[in-house]
Amino acid sequence: MDLENQARIKELGEKHGAENLVAILGSSDPDCAELAAETVTVGDPTYAGPLTGVQLGLPVYHVMEPDIKDQVDEKVYEEQVAMMEMVLEVDALIDAVKGIREQHSKL
Amino acid sequence: MHDPVVKSAAYVLAHVPNMAFEFGTTQDVERQKDPESTYLAKFSDHLRTFEQVIGYAPFQTYIGNMHPDKLATIPRPWYEGDKVEAKRHGRYGEIMPEDEFFAWLRLVDAFELVLLEEQFLNELRPRLEKNPIMNEADLEKIGSGRSGEEIQKLVDEKTAAPLKLGDRLVGCVRRAHEVDATLTAHVIAENTASKASGAIALRHLLDKTDIDPKDIDYIIECSEEACGDMNQRGGGNFAKAIGEFGNCANATGSDTRGFCAAPVHAMVLAAGLVKSGIFKNVVVVAGGSTAKLGMNGKDHVKKGMPILEDVIGSFAILISENDGENPVIRTDSLGKHTIGSGSSPQAVMQALVADPLRRLGLTMEDVDKYSVEMQVPEITEPAGAGDVPTANYKMIAALAVMKKQMERSQIPDFVTRHGMPGFAPTQGHIPSGVPFVGHARDLILEGEMSRAMIIGKGSLFLGRMTNLFDGISFLMEPNPGLSEGDEIDESAVRKLIADALRQVSEGLAQSQD
Repeated sequence: MDLENQARIKELGEKHGAENLVAILGSSDPDCAELAAETVTVGDPTYAGPLTGVQLGLPVYHVMEPDIKDQVDEKVYEEQVAMMEMVLEVDALIDAVKGIREQHSKL
Repeated sequence: MHDPVVKSAAYVLAHVPNMAFEFGTTQDVERQKDPESTYLAKFSDHLRTFEQVIGYAPFQTYIGNMHPDKLATIPRPWYEGDKVEAKRHGRYGEIMPEDEFFAWLRLVDAFELVLLEEQFLNELRPRLEKNPIMNEADLEKIGSGRSGEEIQKLVDEKTAAPLKLGDRLVGCVRRAHEVDATLTAHVIAENTASKASGAIALRHLLDKTDIDPKDIDYIIECSEEACGDMNQRGGGNFAKAIGEFGNCANATGSDTRGFCAAPVHAMVLAAGLVKSGIFKNVVVVAGGSTAKLGMNGKDHVKKGMPILEDVIGSFAILISENDGENPVIRTDSLGKHTIGSGSSPQAVMQALVADPLRRLGLTMEDVDKYSVEMQVPEITEPAGAGDVPTANYKMIAALAVMKKQMERSQIPDFVTRHGMPGFAPTQGHIPSGVPFVGHARDLILEGEMSRAMIIGKGSLFLGRMTNLFDGISFLMEPNPGLSEGDEIDESAVRKLIADALRQVSEGLAQSQD
């Protein structure tokens, strides 16, 4: 995950408390989604960014997971995400993020 | 008024594995962090030879020896085995070896900042003499070289960046100022490489086009480099600096920037300048980037692959007034990602593809080929970025499904028919839309294709000035011909203006009387 984004997530965690945050990913690749999910739960696995060793344990979802999709205004989802839903491997993306969530999300 | 035409296009690659090690940012950052890094130690084991690079099918496609659809039939990985005939020269340009590229660095250097070793130049000269785009004056300018001791001393003092071939130091690029961070040896090498590769592409363009270089009116350079000093970091002007090496004595020019989208922006600007009648012949040119060499090298090494980002890419395209023959740039077909468009992939594709087609009463199916970000997929896939062109084609197809222009089950077929495999190096602006312009011109002229959409996209956030995305697109189509009626109209307008001016001058003369 981009180092700047890591810094922002870390800062948000400190400001609001990890228990008040949810991470929603938009990654297009399952491997990248898994890495990002790991980063916001057990810390940066590449040991390069500000979240190295920081175990936020955030509940992490992909934007295309039904739990999230169902909460978004249908029209907004249609405008912003529907096209990519046809393009990406949605099941693989969900499995990648869900795997990490079930293992490492604290909340 | 007639639309402008794409009169000619040239594409060039320079195979520079040693520059990749020295000037690529991935390697440079690694060296600063850990000079003993295992990645750097393994780097040279993963480099390709020049023969392997000219035998690389995507690059043969880039320089015009193979159609992108033919590339699609060649089994991957393309970097393994001898899959195509290795030719240095192509229909659109050439793939130049590193030693000859060093000579071009010296040739385009205006301030004695590039020094080459005399023995190296003696060995190289017979080959330089054979290159048809190099002339007597060039060889004289390159000169006889400097002593190895002088070059070694400058490199040891760290006032110059080394130019090496393996372990052999054959030259260096000196810094242009003692303290100015925009004129360090590294920056000067980066900018000179961009200028040189652009100049080589311009030479090829003029060499194969039936035009007097003195008839070029304007040059737009559209790379991602910045030249200037600490008081004007991106002052420019690469365009004129490059034009000097094309003998374009009557041209002026300027640089257009827009990250990866800049080449398509530049083509649109050129089309506008020509269509308006301001200029008749405008060249759009861009040199390549040393910074991006080996950008994904760590992933290539990790996966046991050769380092595939070992070439600098460049191109030059001539946009001219309508000749009744060459394919036109339809100036009513522009798609633009506006400040208000939104940056989701869907919003971007809507603005660049769906909106302009709808305006013209066309469907996604009506465009034969879309030229998107044409990066070679096997360069980006190991780094997790996927097959970028294919992802773009899927997005266009998915948008067509959303517009009810086709069924979801037709997406794979649409991708095959309207897409093509990526064949350009990951040099930022170089793969963005423009690599297909040469092929599209030829296919339209041969009657094999009737419509191509050229799309440029750019990620502006990298400069930390805005989070906006960017993109622009246009259609290329067959020339509808210059109708007789249009010619009469134009001459009638000219006569009308001449008559009006005569009347004004007569009126003025009478009032003075």
